[in-house]
Amino acid sequence: MFKKAVRILAASALIFGALAGVAFAKQKVIIESWRTDDLKLWKDVIIPAFNKHYPDIEVVFAPTAPAEYNAVLDSKLQAGTAGDLMACRPFGKSLELFKKGYLAPLNGLPGLENYSDFAKSAWTTDDGKTTYCVPMASVIHGFLYNKDLFAKYGFQPPKTWEEFIDLLAQMKKKAPAISPLVMGTKDQWEAATMGWHNIAPNYYGGEAGRKAFLAGKEGFHTDGFLKGFEVLAQWAPYLPRGYKAVSYSDSQQLFTQGRGFIYPAGSWDIGVFHQMNPKLNMGAFKSPPPAGASKCYISDHPDIALGLNPASKNKEAAKKFLEWLTTKEFAELYGNALPGFFPLHNYNITIKDPVANQFLSWRQQCEGTFRMTYYKLSDQKPDAETDLWTASVNILNGNQSPEEAAKWIECRLSSWYQPHKHFHQELNCK
Amino acid sequence: MRRKPFPWHITVFLAPAALIYTVFMIYPMIASLDFSLYQTVEGGKQVFVGLGNYIRLLTDPLWSHSFWNAFRNNVVFFLIHMTLQNPIGLLLAALLATNIRGAWVYRTIIFTPTILSVVLIGFAWKLILSPTWGIWFPLLDKLGLGNNEIAIALLGNEKSALITLALISVWQNIGIPMMLFLAALIRIPTELIEAAQVDGASGWRIFWRIQFPLIIPTVGIVAILTFIGNFNAFDLIYATQGALAGPNFSTDIMGTFFFRTFFGFQLRPGDPNMGATVAGMMLLIILTGVIIYLYGWQRRMEEVQF
Repeated sequence: MFKKAVRILAASALIFGALAGVAFAKQKVIIESWRTDDLKLWKDVIIPAFNKHYPDIEVVFAPTAPAEYNAVLDSKLQAGTAGDLMACRPFGKSLELFKKGYLAPLNGLPGLENYSDFAKSAWTTDDGKTTYCVPMASVIHGFLYNKDLFAKYGFQPPKTWEEFIDLLAQMKKKAPAISPLVMGTKDQWEAATMGWHNIAPNYYGGEAGRKAFLAGKEGFHTDGFLKGFEVLAQWAPYLPRGYKAVSYSDSQQLFTQGRGFIYPAGSWDIGVFHQMNPKLNMGAFKSPPPAGASKCYISDHPDIALGLNPASKNKEAAKKFLEWLTTKEFAELYGNALPGFFPLHNYNITIKDPVANQFLSWRQQCEGTFRMTYYKLSDQKPDAETDLWTASVNILNGNQSPEEAAKWIECRLSSWYQPHKHFHQELNCK
Repeated sequence: MRRKPFPWHITVFLAPAALIYTVFMIYPMIASLDFSLYQTVEGGKQVFVGLGNYIRLLTDPLWSHSFWNAFRNNVVFFLIHMTLQNPIGLLLAALLATNIRGAWVYRTIIFTPTILSVVLIGFAWKLILSPTWGIWFPLLDKLGLGNNEIAIALLGNEKSALITLALISVWQNIGIPMMLFLAALIRIPTELIEAAQVDGASGWRIFWRIQFPLIIPTVGIVAILTFIGNFNAFDLIYATQGALAGPNFSTDIMGTFFFRTFFGFQLRPGDPNMGATVAGMMLLIILTGVIIYLYGWQRRMEEVQF
């Protein structure tokens, strides 16, 4: 009796599955991505919302681990087995794919006008004419702090860099058991990403400084860029005990367990911290500009977009999905489901998470700029981004002075980056 | 007079191994060496450059600096294994060979780390030494080293990271030389040792005059296995320090250098041709070591075999 029921169930499931396969075969859209953390969110929230409008398109979100994504996607594209849509890394990597013909140009896609040029710049050709990915989200850098600990010791979030360093010194004095600034240098990337990229724009002057750098008027060893390394060096005494061996997940734990005051953050940490310790009372302050500065700058980095595989068999369905990405509905859905990933659309959307909202509000107060080493400067070996990791870690670990590190990284960059060739001679690089 | 028929059965017996070895070892190795003689140019085309990649690896400062750094670190890594792992392994084997009580318990315990996954070993040691919650710290505080810059960040200091990793690797792999030595020691005929005992030789003397000379072939095998293993090492460093082999590349060995070059890293795309070149150099280094062993050591060994 029971066996029979199972058999009938299995048979009907098979038939139903086959039918469903036939019905949707022409309308299946597969998305490649590195956001394995978001699998559940796509399945439960984003895809059902899309299917309300387009019930006959089946969307499958098929992510690969972040560290392997680039390599896996490359081999899938070469073999012709990649999905219809793929998450685009910003700048160089996606441009390379576009140039090889693995990303379709999206000019004329309805809805693309809902983004500013700044938002599109990470996925647009150098001449500004062709956009090949639909921007999804950016991440903003700043600092998170433990509100309860601040209240307990009567501290206020700092407004200027000088106040910031002063505050760190006070913390060390008043509460020696709690780390003033929670960051380690073991995994290396935090020192550059949460450190240098977070605080340096205030010293080199955001986009204007970045453009002067690209043109060869400034180098890592000049003015604000050097100053960025110098201010980073001031952090060293306030990092946790044994910070040279503290990894990224170690510092996340330290901060969420209330063992540290301030955490140099990327906005994506907000959602993670809510999960790690829902009771943690967090506040945020932006990267503090030097005293007397008239303008402030924040790192607002376009991080993820979605592009179309020219070899896709379901281009029309895939394009419908891309169009839907440009709507306000998607922007609100995505921004709220993933606090800390900020949609790049021009709409005025409400983000419910108060901390994420605070990060977002800085866009109104300060000028945004992206992580400067991502554009052009990392196209060849030795790439400026990885070198920046090494330089920032060396400065914080006390192995190199800011001047030495700046000279080292500039010499490496000017060995291949044409507009900086003159620095190679000026600095007597070997 | 009839000629002996061709021994077909030998071919039949050798064929499976020869086939598998050719397809999965020899062919990929030759293909990889061939690959290292090309360079990718604009448009994805492969162009033959002869030994150009090798010259670049050894003379272009951007490459040679990383290469020699990895090579030096690898030599240090190997020397630590040679001076610690193998003598201690021999000592343990000699102790176990004396039939002490519960020898099999010790043997099992000492051998256990060897069969554990390297990722697990790396993760466990990372936790033990982690400044955030490592059990290493209460011990340090007791010893009064709680504020010692190097001791609190063993894996984070340039001076200590490579040595620490080498010691972890020694701890993990010590079971292998121990087992090989033990097997060799047990094989020695007991009459020899009993005769020496009757003659009144001490345990120390028996070991150095009888047991050690008879296991010298094994010493050579262990040394060459250590050499090959160390110059192919990759997993422990990758699991604990990541592909950048930090801090400041102080734990970068040939394996991690190859991995970064071949597969790329973060924003840096991989360069399979240069990666194959690094692999070619690794092969050359290992081959040199093996040839020295074969001609300088094993040939002479055959004369003292009993």
